[in-house]
Amino acid sequence: MSGPEHHSQVWTYRTPRARLLIWTGWVALVALFVWCWQLMTRDTIWFFVQDAPRQAVDIGSRMVPPRWEYVPELLVPMWDTLNIATLGTIGGVILAVPVAFLAARNTSPSPRLLRPIALFIIVASRSINSLIWALLLVAIIGPGILAGIVAIALRSIGFVGKLLYEAIEETDPLQVEAIEATGASGAQVLNYGIVPQIMPAFWAISTFRWDINIRESTILGLVGAGGIGLKLQASLNVLAWGQVTVILILILGTVIVSEWVSARIRHAII
Amino acid sequence: MSQPAYPTAWRRPPQIVKDRRWRLALQIGILAYLVLAIGSLEVNWERVAIGLERGQRFVMGFLQPDFASRWSDISRGLVESLTMTLTSTVVGVLISVPIGIGAARNMVPRPIYLVCRGIIAVSRSLQEVIIAIFLVAMFGFGPFAGFLTLSFATIGFLAKLLADDIEEIDETQAEAIRATGASWWQLVNYAVQPQVMPRLIGLSLYRLDINFRESAVIGIVGAGGIGATLNTAIDRYEYDSAGAILLIIIAIVMVAEYGSSYLRKFLQ
Amino acid sequence: MLRIEKLSKTYRTGDKALTEVSVAVPEGQIMGLIGPSGAGKSTLIRCINRLVEPTAGKVMLGEVDLARLGTGELRRQRRRIGMIFQEYSLVERLTVMENVLSGRLGYVPFWRSWLRRFLPEDIERAYRLLDRVGLVDQADKRADALSGGQRQRVGIARALAQEPDLLLVDEPTASLDPKTSRQIMRLLTEICAERGLPAIVNIHDVPLAQQFMQRIVGLRDGRIVFDDRPDVLGESALTTIYGAEDWQAMRQGDDEQAEAEADAARRMAVLAR
Repeated sequence: MSGPEHHSQVWTYRTPRARLLIWTGWVALVALFVWCWQLMTRDTIWFFVQDAPRQAVDIGSRMVPPRWEYVPELLVPMWDTLNIATLGTIGGVILAVPVAFLAARNTSPSPRLLRPIALFIIVASRSINSLIWALLLVAIIGPGILAGIVAIALRSIGFVGKLLYEAIEETDPLQVEAIEATGASGAQVLNYGIVPQIMPAFWAISTFRWDINIRESTILGLVGAGGIGLKLQASLNVLAWGQVTVILILILGTVIVSEWVSARIRHAII
Repeated sequence: MSQPAYPTAWRRPPQIVKDRRWRLALQIGILAYLVLAIGSLEVNWERVAIGLERGQRFVMGFLQPDFASRWSDISRGLVESLTMTLTSTVVGVLISVPIGIGAARNMVPRPIYLVCRGIIAVSRSLQEVIIAIFLVAMFGFGPFAGFLTLSFATIGFLAKLLADDIEEIDETQAEAIRATGASWWQLVNYAVQPQVMPRLIGLSLYRLDINFRESAVIGIVGAGGIGATLNTAIDRYEYDSAGAILLIIIAIVMVAEYGSSYLRKFLQ
Repeated sequence: MLRIEKLSKTYRTGDKALTEVSVAVPEGQIMGLIGPSGAGKSTLIRCINRLVEPTAGKVMLGEVDLARLGTGELRRQRRRIGMIFQEYSLVERLTVMENVLSGRLGYVPFWRSWLRRFLPEDIERAYRLLDRVGLVDQADKRADALSGGQRQRVGIARALAQEPDLLLVDEPTASLDPKTSRQIMRLLTEICAERGLPAIVNIHDVPLAQQFMQRIVGLRDGRIVFDDRPDVLGESALTTIYGAEDWQAMRQGDDEQAEAEADAARRMAVLAR
């Protein structure tokens, strides 16, 4: 961050006051960092940290060779993982659509009451990671795929809802006005004026979220919500590092394939 | 003279898949998948019915959160999460700047480019939680492993966006600086930094927000932070404490989002 | 017959867009509305079908006061008023046919419009109108695949699908080239003559207005300052409407354009030889 202070005395980059403000900001940031660092590492056992490289070598040596015989056992959990992501995305999108219409300034039926509620639903869903939703749902409705699907759906509402309501607010008001002028009812204006305009965004957002959900659903099993994560948890518990390697490779492959598929779908639609 | 006859029926032509057979195949395929997928759901409805009562208790806990009885645990978790978020973002940004420059094709020789892009690819393709599992196994339980996890994830996120940005900078400006006989460092300082800096600050603030959210998750696998407290609360069926924690997380995320957009406006 | 009485509109910002405007449009008359931008032309047209809510005054269409209707009744009355906008007011991602059929939305229940199951007579009418504006073979194309002039023809067909008693036309030629503008204006006047439709055309192009309108009303600062036959619209009247300087500048712009067009025509003639 070396400013241009090595220039001649006459020309300065910013006014002295602004520069002072910015420098104070940087110093404050450094002080904050040091303070946070001390607070955070208060209970850290430095012996473990020094020992980490040895641990890393140890784990690494156990991870190879991968235990390929494990693959057949993983196929059913992988199918479950795909289902969690796909059904969860469908559920989330179905729930997100009405929320988005309530939250968009130009379609919300009551800007004073329903709009803040819809916005809160979106923020709440976005702030809480799907793993936390899964943790809660496993406690509530029991371990299994259903908890995973609901967790993915609940997390997707916020993401899809936010992007969709922004798309609704960006629609061309002239096209909507033209439909209104024909004497169409409110529902007809939505159907003919707004929906056609947001359709490309809708499909792009949904496939994008599906892609993210594939990643997220691979780890939901860690808290008991079904899928390949269950196998990961089981292998970690018995320290079967060779199996962990196989699972990670499988997850990585799935993620790459799903990213490619979603990119292709988005490309075809737009 | 009679009027010409006009059709009295009209159907909207298909927009995406034009061929009738393909459309049919696609529809059958989707239907078959849904039947199979929903069929493979094994739902224990008795368990769900029992669960609904618990769900009701959770909703009640959310509406009447209990901040007091577990406050010492909550505050410790919060402090860990917040400190972890800030330190990991700062360290992550500091490391991702050189890696980001190294991963820009127009700035460095090819071997460095490949190495930096490799680091980015590894960091991006692994879930935070999976990284956290490994780092906890190496460094032991606690926020230090969480700090390392978030720093690593920050590098993948920020260095990639930074590199893409640098690759798109206005070449004519860089040319003009180069023409004055400037060294590579001066080039970075005068041509790249002014063009990329505003966005770097914006992205760092955005990442701060993401890191906080993630810090609530990696605690579940032992990397410290509010997630560990939340995990304990749910394990003990203390839904009112869990509700309180979730509300705190939501509130902090809202404040962070609002604050970072304000700060970004102020800095520009 | 449309009768506007003492219509006023004050925006929430305090801007007075219209002040006690009174004007009547008899059956079959095409009235042009001219004036500088910000004079309230657009507001006046939108106050008639209440896309903009008037502050005071009456808008009598036949025996109904449009300014005093509840939401449901307003929707029924809006069906009687066809509106034509600038070219971009078609729903771009719908087909041409759907755009024309959307003129029937006020007449059909929601489920029919949702399933695109319009009545056979609606579809027949839509085809007839598309044929009238010369686009019958474009029915299945998406609106964003059409040229500016074609879009405007679809817009006309949509307005006529409503079987309106009145046409409101807002800057129909704002984004069209001069030749297409004339074609569109000719089509509009022909259709109005065929059906005896009264129309209010908000138009910024004075020569075009003089050529096609039967009557011209000039607005300035939300008041009517001119109301007569187009051939009476002379230098002094235009100065009252547009203000001295603006009018000179506008005429100069027109002259320049005419010169450029003539020049281009000359070159083409040379090339042709």
